[in-house]
Amino acid sequence: MGKIELTKVRKSFGDVHVIPGIDLTVEDGEFVVFVGPSGCGKSTLLRLIAGLEDTTSGTIEIDGKDATALPPAKRGLAMVFQSYALYPHMTVRKNIAFPLKMAGMDQVEQDKRVERAAQVLNLTSYLDRRPGQLSGGQRQRVAIGRAIVREPAAFLFDEPLSNLDAALRVGMRQEISELHQSLKTTMIYVTHDQVEAMTMADKIVVLNAGRIEQVGAPLELYNTPRNLFVAGFIGSPKMNFIEGAEAARHKAHTIGVRPEHIAVGDGPWEGVVGLSEHLGSDSFLKVAVDGVGILTVRAPGEVGAHHGDRIRLAPAGKIHRFDESGNAL
Amino acid sequence: MARATSPRRKVLTTLAAWAVALVIFFPVLWMILTSFKTEVSAVASPPQLFTADWTLENYVEVWGRSDYPRFFWNSVVISVGSTLLGLAIAIPSAWAMAFVPGKRTKDLLMWMLSTKMMPAVAVMIPIYLIFLWTGLIDTKIGLVIALMLMNLPIIIWMLYTYFKEIPGEILEASRMDGASLWGEIVHVLTPMALPGIASTMLLNIILAWNEAFWTIVLTTTKAAPLSAFIASFSAPQGLFYAKLSAASAMAIMPILILGWFSQKQLVRGLTFGAVK
Repeated sequence: MGKIELTKVRKSFGDVHVIPGIDLTVEDGEFVVFVGPSGCGKSTLLRLIAGLEDTTSGTIEIDGKDATALPPAKRGLAMVFQSYALYPHMTVRKNIAFPLKMAGMDQVEQDKRVERAAQVLNLTSYLDRRPGQLSGGQRQRVAIGRAIVREPAAFLFDEPLSNLDAALRVGMRQEISELHQSLKTTMIYVTHDQVEAMTMADKIVVLNAGRIEQVGAPLELYNTPRNLFVAGFIGSPKMNFIEGAEAARHKAHTIGVRPEHIAVGDGPWEGVVGLSEHLGSDSFLKVAVDGVGILTVRAPGEVGAHHGDRIRLAPAGKIHRFDESGNAL
Repeated sequence: MARATSPRRKVLTTLAAWAVALVIFFPVLWMILTSFKTEVSAVASPPQLFTADWTLENYVEVWGRSDYPRFFWNSVVISVGSTLLGLAIAIPSAWAMAFVPGKRTKDLLMWMLSTKMMPAVAVMIPIYLIFLWTGLIDTKIGLVIALMLMNLPIIIWMLYTYFKEIPGEILEASRMDGASLWGEIVHVLTPMALPGIASTMLLNIILAWNEAFWTIVLTTTKAAPLSAFIASFSAPQGLFYAKLSAASAMAIMPILILGWFSQKQLVRGLTFGAVK
């Protein structure tokens, strides 16, 4: 079981209110991703759940029990850190066995669990090496191994992939997702990368300045963002925002159109191509549209438009409407 | 980045280094040479570096006239004891200062260091009286306490510097893994800081071994270490340079040997954190 419930959780460092007050429920077995820009409080929130930081006020319940004042070790959670935080003086085997040793488990059971975790994570041939002799991806696997042997109520991941190179990151992302499928344990995952959030999460929590902007399934956030912040943060490339006369035509203060929802060809908007990137599978264009501004366009396949060309565009998908305070209409 | 050095430059820097080393080492060399001279050639004017009549007589006489093994043993107990006691107090203190600093931690560290600036003579009378009343005069335990207190600021400062280099996330990971505070210090912090702890230990043994103010003031016979052993050869019949040198050489030899074999560790410890 791993249901986590936050009620009116606040965190201040002196006069700085990092988390001004958050209510959130993470259901048992859910994969929840906290996403937001740097300094939005997502890591602090995770550390509050872990018990590595004390809450200023509010309560944190784990499986219905008040855990607000419990030390990290007593919360039954496991955490994977950005820097891996492996014990450099211990072998991989001892690293993975460390939480079991601390729990006073007998040696036979310890060995059994370490072997099993090593098998799952492809670490069997590295068990007698030290962390310093491993690659970044292998270190990350050891850190995950150390977390899974404890069979915790929930896993907490603090930007675990940000130190890996792009190719490895995609691989590890899938491994973590598969791990979640097989363990069915609650996972809370912090990242600033919205692609990670979209691909892994059952539920995304978008944070900004310590506040929850929106909670929902990935596609829910993509299709119906509650406000300008979420609309701009979820989706890559970023949603185009248009104000002025064009927005007024749609009876809104601001309208938003995703780059993939603009078609190249015939249409009401006309402009000059600035930057053009041709990736084969997609083409990305920056177009200075007359009377509208610069729009980013993502067109599938190859598009014969290059720098300086004059082209016409048409909105070909949902137009998101926002009021003056940035809330969706 | 490697810098190309010409052979000429290399020779010059090597010579300069040897010259500086010789200047620093000269008093010790002089002392060792003098310890093998007769009393007459030791005070010859003008002074002679080398003499024709080398002798071991000084060592024989010093050994015969006093109980060297007892002084040696006292030095060992006092320097190792005060260092171990100091580490036992300093490891938790430095842990707290490095990982859960308060608003005034920096001030506290500076204050501790400032006590080292105070001349020891200033507190000689009160400390002497306290030792007298508590019956600690001329006891090994008394000296262990006195030297531990004297070196504690340095021990804490050194450990604090080493601990600061250990990433806090690793300690947090151990907390998540179920380690108690004690488990965290024993299983994670101490092994990771072991090179630093070893350097601190060595340096403090050397400092305590060489300490010659409190060890002389607070002892008479029973607990007197090698510093008092040297001092006993300077009075009251007058100065006998050759014998004094022999006694000094015997007193510093053990620590010189220790320093020689651990110089790598010492240098590494002292430059820890300065070079990455």
